[in-house]
Amino acid sequence: MADAPSVASPAQHLRTYGQIAWLWIRAAWQYPTSFVLLAVGNGLITGLDFVGLWIMFAHLRDLAGFSLHEVALLYGSASLALALADTAIGSVERIGTYIRTGRLDQMMTKPVPLLVQVCADQFTLRRLGRLTQAAVVFGWACSFVDWTPLRVVVAVSMLLSGALVFFGLFVGFSCIQFWTTDATEFANAFTYGGATVTQYPLSIFPREVLVGLTFVVPVAFVNWYPCLYLLGRTDPFGLPQALQFASPVAGALTMGAALLVWRTGVRHYTSTGS
Amino acid sequence: MAADPSQPLIDVRDLERTFDVRRRVEGRRGRLRESVRAVHDLTFSVDAGEMVGYIGPNGAGKSTTIKMLTGILVPTGGRVSVAGLDPSRDRVPLARRIGVVFGQRSTLWWDLPLRDSFDLLQKMYRIAPARYRENLDRFVDLLDLGAQLDTPVRQLSLGQRMRGDITAALLHDPEVLYLDEPTIGLDVVSKGRLREFLRALNAERGTTLLLTTHDLQDIEALCDRVIVIDHGTSVYDGSLAGLHAEGGSSRTLVVDLVDEAPPIVVPGASVRRVEGPRQWLSFPADASAAPVVAAVAAAYDVADLSIQEPDIEDVIRELYSRGG
Repeated sequence: MADAPSVASPAQHLRTYGQIAWLWIRAAWQYPTSFVLLAVGNGLITGLDFVGLWIMFAHLRDLAGFSLHEVALLYGSASLALALADTAIGSVERIGTYIRTGRLDQMMTKPVPLLVQVCADQFTLRRLGRLTQAAVVFGWACSFVDWTPLRVVVAVSMLLSGALVFFGLFVGFSCIQFWTTDATEFANAFTYGGATVTQYPLSIFPREVLVGLTFVVPVAFVNWYPCLYLLGRTDPFGLPQALQFASPVAGALTMGAALLVWRTGVRHYTSTGS
Repeated sequence: MAADPSQPLIDVRDLERTFDVRRRVEGRRGRLRESVRAVHDLTFSVDAGEMVGYIGPNGAGKSTTIKMLTGILVPTGGRVSVAGLDPSRDRVPLARRIGVVFGQRSTLWWDLPLRDSFDLLQKMYRIAPARYRENLDRFVDLLDLGAQLDTPVRQLSLGQRMRGDITAALLHDPEVLYLDEPTIGLDVVSKGRLREFLRALNAERGTTLLLTTHDLQDIEALCDRVIVIDHGTSVYDGSLAGLHAEGGSSRTLVVDLVDEAPPIVVPGASVRRVEGPRQWLSFPADASAAPVVAAVAAAYDVADLSIQEPDIEDVIRELYSRGG
């Protein structure tokens, strides 16, 4: 019998993820027209978000003290992080359906961790449109930034950490479906709600909201804090500058918490079978 | 990691699984929590290379047992070991060594061609390319799937899909194959071909088979041993012939006479029902049908004859009511 090592490393999981995802991309490419239309449509719809901001600035000089290109930096970075995470999570949001149809049981008989399978299942690049659109806005906004080597590092880590934060939120809140399968709206309030909030400078909100977006649903780390550093601005709320470098920590913590919740969810499933 | 040959491949001891069910009770607020035993005091073991039929009525605990054997469900009591592993604790490593086919739920990817589904599984199980090609060629040939390889799964017939599912479960050379109702919904030809394939698989590779089924003919064709489960525990473990003897099961000869007649009288069989020219005669399942058929044909003008196999549910009901 083929006795492959029973404990696979995270790198191997990532490779398996990539291989499964690649097969799905190849399968989608069987219908190139539909693939292109989906991606373009997705890009156009999400592009309207930014057009909305643009129109707003036709009537305002600034938004809570932030100019259009500064808001574009916030919008572009959050949108990029969201598109990356949204692409990577694949089918996590549909975990409830997987439970109902018995698909999850099928997956549990395969030698790949459940989270890797669920995320890679039905992998799609439908977010390619949003990704492109966000990258264009972000690129344009970047041309106004006064770059230093440290700012480059912060910008790159911001995108990766932001994607991690969103990934963790999506996974974590999807786990509610292990207990009750009708909670998608509730979960969306935190995930997509959190994503929408990050399109604006958080200084438009009262301090209490900011505290919530820092410590409860930590989307403020997706773009707000690191962008303050990129733009060379002092924190309008007078919070310590250390927060502007803390995005990787927030990303890792969110991810860790999400994995813990996921494990608890799976354990609940295997112990109740419902 | 190879299994100890002196140990049974599947070992189940005093296995128990209870579920908490919440039930509304009239006249009371809220819900009552109740504990339901889906499986209890279940003990059996299966040696490598055996072909075992695991049968019982709906809701008897068959699926719950399979889920515990595959690690999908954690037992609430007792012990279960498969290939020396604890399924719920070592679910992922165990997955490489077992194959599972759920008859009514396909493991294949609906929108992908069969070939892509198989490729995905190769990646998941990390099957060596040479071994993968060899297995795929062989199963595709034996199960006659060559023409369907590039068809999306949703366009396959039930029989083709089942053969695809069985191939999918075998590509990684599992030691045990669990089959849950593998022939459900298949036509007679497909059923026969599938049984033949499973027999060959067991003979050539020594793959252990545990199958749940409602179709006694599956058991007759494949299994030397039957475990009957009812109300969550094993009520019979032995040969199929023994089951018929113990359950007092009977087969039915349906006779269409040319003209209406009073109930047929022949030795070894008795009339159960008469409806116009059609009569139903029952005779013991372990007896041969030939003398009964010959006696009827000799004494009456027969238009048509057919034999109905005993219904497994009836056999078990009989067995259970006798066992108390």
